[in-house]
Amino acid sequence: MLTGPVIVFTSFAYLGLLFAIAYYADKRADAGRSVIASPYVYSLSLAVYATAWTFYGSVGRAASDGVGFLPIYIGPTLMIALWWIVMRKVLRISKQNRITSLADFIASRYGKSAAIAGLVTVIAVIGILPYISLQLKAISSSFSILVQYPVIAMPEHMGAGSVFNDTAFWVALILAAFTIAFGTRHLDAAEHHQGMVAAIAFESLVKLLAFLAVGLFVTFGIFNGFGDIFERASDVPKLAAMMTPLESVAGGYASWVWLTVLSMLAIMFLPRQFQVTVIENLDEKHLSKAIWLFPLYMLAINVFVLPIAFGGLLRFPGGGVDADTFVLTLPMAEKQELLALLVFIGGLSAATGMVIVETIALSTMVCNDLVMPVLLRLRRLRLNVQPDLTRLLLGIRRGAIVAILLLGYLYFKLAGEAYALVSIGLVSFAAVAQFAPVVLGGIFWKGGTRNGALCGLIAGFAVWFYTLLLPAIARSGWLPIGLLEHGLFGIELLRPLALFGLAGLDQITHAMLWSMIANVGAYVGVSLLASPSADEHRQASLFVDVFRRGGETGGARFWRGTASVPELYNLLGRFLGAAAAEEAFREYAAARGLRWPLERADAELVDYVEVQLAGAIGAASARVMVASVVKEEALSLEEVRAILDEASQVVEYSHRLQQKSRELETATAELRAANQRLKELDRMKDDFVSTVTHELRTPLTSIRAFTQILLEHPDVEPAQRTRFLGIITKETERLTRLINQVLDLSKIESGRAEWHDTRLDLKEVVSDSLAGMGQVFEERNIRVQFSAPQSVPPVSGDVDRLIQVLLNLLSNAVKFCDARNGRIDVALYEENGGLRVDVRDNGAGVDEADREVIFDKFRQAGDTLTGKPQGTGLGLPISRHIVEHHGGRLWVETRAEGGACFSFTLPFRRRRVAVAA
Amino acid sequence: MGDPKVARFVALCILGMLLFNFPILALFNVPGRVFGVPVLYVYIFAAWAALIALMALVAEKK
Repeated sequence: MLTGPVIVFTSFAYLGLLFAIAYYADKRADAGRSVIASPYVYSLSLAVYATAWTFYGSVGRAASDGVGFLPIYIGPTLMIALWWIVMRKVLRISKQNRITSLADFIASRYGKSAAIAGLVTVIAVIGILPYISLQLKAISSSFSILVQYPVIAMPEHMGAGSVFNDTAFWVALILAAFTIAFGTRHLDAAEHHQGMVAAIAFESLVKLLAFLAVGLFVTFGIFNGFGDIFERASDVPKLAAMMTPLESVAGGYASWVWLTVLSMLAIMFLPRQFQVTVIENLDEKHLSKAIWLFPLYMLAINVFVLPIAFGGLLRFPGGGVDADTFVLTLPMAEKQELLALLVFIGGLSAATGMVIVETIALSTMVCNDLVMPVLLRLRRLRLNVQPDLTRLLLGIRRGAIVAILLLGYLYFKLAGEAYALVSIGLVSFAAVAQFAPVVLGGIFWKGGTRNGALCGLIAGFAVWFYTLLLPAIARSGWLPIGLLEHGLFGIELLRPLALFGLAGLDQITHAMLWSMIANVGAYVGVSLLASPSADEHRQASLFVDVFRRGGETGGARFWRGTASVPELYNLLGRFLGAAAAEEAFREYAAARGLRWPLERADAELVDYVEVQLAGAIGAASARVMVASVVKEEALSLEEVRAILDEASQVVEYSHRLQQKSRELETATAELRAANQRLKELDRMKDDFVSTVTHELRTPLTSIRAFTQILLEHPDVEPAQRTRFLGIITKETERLTRLINQVLDLSKIESGRAEWHDTRLDLKEVVSDSLAGMGQVFEERNIRVQFSAPQSVPPVSGDVDRLIQVLLNLLSNAVKFCDARNGRIDVALYEENGGLRVDVRDNGAGVDEADREVIFDKFRQAGDTLTGKPQGTGLGLPISRHIVEHHGGRLWVETRAEGGACFSFTLPFRRRRVAVAA
Repeated sequence: MGDPKVARFVALCILGMLLFNFPILALFNVPGRVFGVPVLYVYIFAAWAALIALMALVAEKK
């Protein structure tokens, strides 16, 4: 039943099914109902990592090394644990910058450098060729084996014979046609291939089921479970040794560790992994599920590898069957035709999945990052005036796919046959690991420069080429084998497998060690030599600070220049087609609430067009194209750096500025208050001087008038004369009193007054004062009442001064109490650790507004201009000073029943009080 | 970064590196079988499964 036509027909039927799935998914995507917008499909699509290497090669490796195949899957598991940090950042950067491939990503990071884009593309293509040849080898040899059923025979080495009789050649061509049909039917500005992703996810399911089926069959069909296989294997000494293999494997633990590290990097930087993980990702949230589903997939597909390997070694003890084919030959040997066919289809899934995604990713890179930048620079082709370039872009991609597969075939013919599957694959792993320093450095370190990246990539790639690719070609007989044994030019130190005399490591460990030293060394070293340019600085900031920048690309704010809308529109139309361009412009206008057609091309629009264009032809090419229609004024490095660096500083500056301005406001307020106070004092001084002069002039005028009368009229009546002399005497007394008080006040205020403090009985002082005023009370017919406790504790103070205060308060009370029915109440009592004296009258009281004013010098309640002054206006200020000198307080209240109540307190224990200035 | 997941994932990665490396790996690189399966194989797959389970816990935690 398993004849050639049947196998070929089944294979094509399977490929047809894949195409149908892809077609359906594309249709659904166009209708806006994507079938791949699910974390499960996303996780399955990541499993494109498991290729023919996994499907056939793991068993081959396990049959010689035991667990030696596992680092290839444990490494990615460890890396994926870090995806939350690393891959989330890569995803965010890629979405914001419309990254279309790994080369685009790296080139964008280092100033949209076309040189880096091209270099990365070249490294990726050359590095991946062995990997593609591995898939071709797996498909063609599995076909060759299956077609000989029921005979189990290894395919002849195909040195002889025409290319056209070679299965692998036809496999390459068929896969090329299939990939073209998958990936380049139309041009998507975002490089999304939803149909392809759906097909890949389906293939991942098929290969897992096929492998589990054969695993179950071997473990439980041929043998009696896991224990049985290992039990029987342990009876064979050679197999028993493989159960504790870590010492016996070449390189031991070092090899294990390096393989782990290598595959940690491969899961990030294989172009097809970058394609499915980053470019085809529809939603960042899918990552959470993929973080554990994808490792789980790898665990599941590896569970049966060891049983199959041991089963195969037990079943084919002679060694005549290549361990790489155990998965297929075991069911064949047991005459399980259907299972064998299923295994073949599973292997086909693994291989085609890898080839399709890898070549699509590589062809995008070749087109966007290698061919287009060159074509666009060739002015002779006049590409920048061609109306529609979409056909050209698709043509380049199709050509690239065919070329890559044929190159893969060429490598297969040149070097592939001499190696096992895993060894071929590891060469490719080591090649893409060269991208790790520039990518990881690029997203976490702003200091990496374009030149540093170029040097690092070149150095790492050169060492890889010399220590891994060259030996592979030499061993296959295409280069003199003496190169390996005696080194380049016969220099022993330059032997590719023991560079600089470093021997004893396995080939991969050796190559990784030297290439990473060269790569990282050159990248970091050259980056540190010079400062980044303006473009590099800008891009570095966009990448490293991607989470800090919020949702926008932030590109527009660094741009200034002029452009016209029609030019930009035509540019976009040439690469995307007119309809897509119009839609893009409409979206732009709609999103910003602008009218269509747009009137003005601002920096934001230019940026938008560049990003749209980058989706189709890559960042480096897009930059060239946009520059051709935009008259851009380059920002100097200083300007850009200033914008970036100061943006963060400005925040701090403004913070500090705010603080300073607050301090300044406070200081200003204080100053204003002080100034106010000074002005007030100045005004008061003027007032004081004018008031004093005025007060002095009044008695002087009257004294002068009366003395003049007496002088000019010696014949004045004696009675009249006596009255005049009395007035003169009274006015003189008033003058003297005034001068005394002014002197008194200035003494007290300047602190030069003399104080004679003694222990005194305040009750006695009040009684003496009342007695002194007794005459006045009687004259005015005022009733006075004094209430005090039996005795009060003594206070210390100046008796004369206190009497002065009391007399002042009492004479005020006399002046202002009711004219006909005057009454004054004096009370002395203890309060709050001191004595308090109240002097109340039953007069008009003091207005609320006047209560503090009356304690100012020469200030009296009421209108001083019209009303007759009833005192010097110095009594209360002096009294207040005296009380305050004694540590007490003097104030006035208006009683509810009318009249003023002047009160002062004297504390028993005097605090030191500075005499008021 | 304030995201607690970041620290947890870093810790898991370090744990994985310890589990699948010398010297812990060497402890299990000994003859002998558990349920008929060599110790080393059982250890690697069990540790791997446990690591994936922990990653699932951290990733899915809201």
